[in-house]
Amino acid sequence: MAIVELKNVAKRYDSMPGKKGAEHANAVEDFNLTTKDGEFVVLVGPSGCGKSTTMRMIAGLEHNTAGEIRINGQDVSSVEPRDRDIAMVFQSYALYPHMSVYHNMAFALELKKTPKEEVKQRVQEAARILDIEHLLDRKPRALSGGQRQRVALGRALVRQPQVFLMDEPLSNLDARLRVGMRAEITRLHRRLGVTTFYVTHDQTEAMTMGQRIVVMRDGRIQQVDTPYNLYERPVNRFVAGFIGTPSMNFLQADHHGDGLGGQGFSCPLGPRLQAALGEGGQRSSCWLGIRPEHLHQVEESSGRGRLEGVIEVIEPLGPVTMVQVRVGDTLVTAQLAAHLDVEIGDTLGLAFDPDQVHLFDIESDQALGLEPDSAASSTQATA
Amino acid sequence: MTASNADRTPGRKAGSGGTALTLLAWLIGIAMFFPIFWVVLTALKTEQTAFSMTPTFIFSPTLESFRSALAQGSGYWHYALNSVITAFGSTLVGLALAIPAAYAMAFFPSRRTDFTLVWMVSTKFIPAVGVLIPVFLVYRSLGLIDTRLGLTMLFTAMNLPIMVWMVYSYFRDIPIDIIEAASIDGAGTAQTMFRVILPLALPGLASTGLLALILAWNESFWSLTMTDYHAATLAVYTASFKSGEGLFWARLSAASVLTIAPIVVLGWFAQRQMVRGLTFGAVK
Repeated sequence: MAIVELKNVAKRYDSMPGKKGAEHANAVEDFNLTTKDGEFVVLVGPSGCGKSTTMRMIAGLEHNTAGEIRINGQDVSSVEPRDRDIAMVFQSYALYPHMSVYHNMAFALELKKTPKEEVKQRVQEAARILDIEHLLDRKPRALSGGQRQRVALGRALVRQPQVFLMDEPLSNLDARLRVGMRAEITRLHRRLGVTTFYVTHDQTEAMTMGQRIVVMRDGRIQQVDTPYNLYERPVNRFVAGFIGTPSMNFLQADHHGDGLGGQGFSCPLGPRLQAALGEGGQRSSCWLGIRPEHLHQVEESSGRGRLEGVIEVIEPLGPVTMVQVRVGDTLVTAQLAAHLDVEIGDTLGLAFDPDQVHLFDIESDQALGLEPDSAASSTQATA
Repeated sequence: MTASNADRTPGRKAGSGGTALTLLAWLIGIAMFFPIFWVVLTALKTEQTAFSMTPTFIFSPTLESFRSALAQGSGYWHYALNSVITAFGSTLVGLALAIPAAYAMAFFPSRRTDFTLVWMVSTKFIPAVGVLIPVFLVYRSLGLIDTRLGLTMLFTAMNLPIMVWMVYSYFRDIPIDIIEAASIDGAGTAQTMFRVILPLALPGLASTGLLALILAWNESFWSLTMTDYHAATLAVYTASFKSGEGLFWARLSAASVLTIAPIVVLGWFAQRQMVRGLTFGAVK
């Protein structure tokens, strides 16, 4: 168990064409994070945002070009990966193809000259936890994707490391297995209590697994927060759009008198939105953010926001139906009841609660009117 | 070819295009094999039948030529020993040098890696005769002429570019993740090399070694020019049969057969490994 600290960590590459692993070419800038002991931290962002590079720097597979990385207070920036007492699960699993499952899992312990009996006992313990005891004699090529994934986890598990690093470990599994393994990894973490970094580009994985989530973009942290806060109080338009499926809708709104509005929509301004809009000088326009699940099909709408448009797409998902409506020149997604009496081409009016909308500065994309407590918990917000 | 899937079931009849290709393959195969077949045939003839201008396929075989090729004075075993020492020696030294070189280039490439690879292979473009005189002069002053050491060094230098290139390509086929996993698991360079990389690249290393062995075994230019007797290989032995008292086709053929036989047998046994190594990257 360990506390991992990253202080002003940066990675800048000089271009090196043809080098293996050049896909990690995106730099990381000014990364600051301190984990709690035993915390499950998820790094999430679109591909190329620097999340994998950050993890590889913690692993020691890449050297940070600035800042320091501390594990339990010790600066490990110049410590070899093998001396950092970390275990990593790779996206490709990276099992040793020529070794049996047993030896894959025992390899690290054998290198440390652990007594044979203890190796055996620890491998079997890990195999039991992961339910792969019957596979110990097989070679990786004789395993299914899900089984390989378990072996990769097992290899990390037997190490009993200070820190677990997981680099998109579920992305090669099919959708059903992924959901199962997601829960299993969460259970494992709760059971072992080892500080864990988990990299993913899938915001659902991030939201369901992370105790704290680091949202990254272009090598910079956008927001570090709990899943709930990321959803409720995103610090900028990027985070707001990245967290939550389907994505938040953004409408460019003009401020006039007592309301916000534009072609096909309007939103009354309560005191909260008034204050938010006035933040840092008066604005004549802003981004209005509405989550699809906050749009409703209601007749009466006094004191509510309204929007209206022509239906272009209807996607019945079973429990709910997604409807895409053309409002002005924006396509707005709404999550509506399962049984809808509408057709493509119909004009649909929708209402929303002004208390549930988000406002963002039109220039900087920063959230307006964030409550102080959330501003404090989100360490960084970049322009 | 427009062979449909149905054609690909086991026991299929090849289409007309398939038959033509098969025929062509056989023709090329026979054309390549014929000289060897002819040499073996000639080696089993008497000198009179061998010398006759009309090709004879049916005759009563004799081992007379082999007997004289192996006779006391011919020194076959002396030459064979030299061939074994220089071919195996240069192969082992070559692998020992090529593996670390390929390791560095495959897993820690620098800006100059591609250039270095091309440069190494480009040294093979120089005809051997072009460097004969400088090599001869250097060897003479170092006292390496007609020594097994000198010949082994030449063979190593001759094969090294190809060996580095081959081992490099086999190493490149090993996913970098596996090397990184080993380093996180606590393996140092030597442990990663011996417990992960070499076992994974073994088929490739075997075919590299086999190729180097064959090239060194069959080498004749340097063997003929840089050796006289002490370090002379089977190539020199074979050549020695064409001089002296005139041409003796049957004996020359018998000597040739004795020269190529060991390496052909070795190649035969290693064929499976060789094919696996050459397609190592293709079938993951």
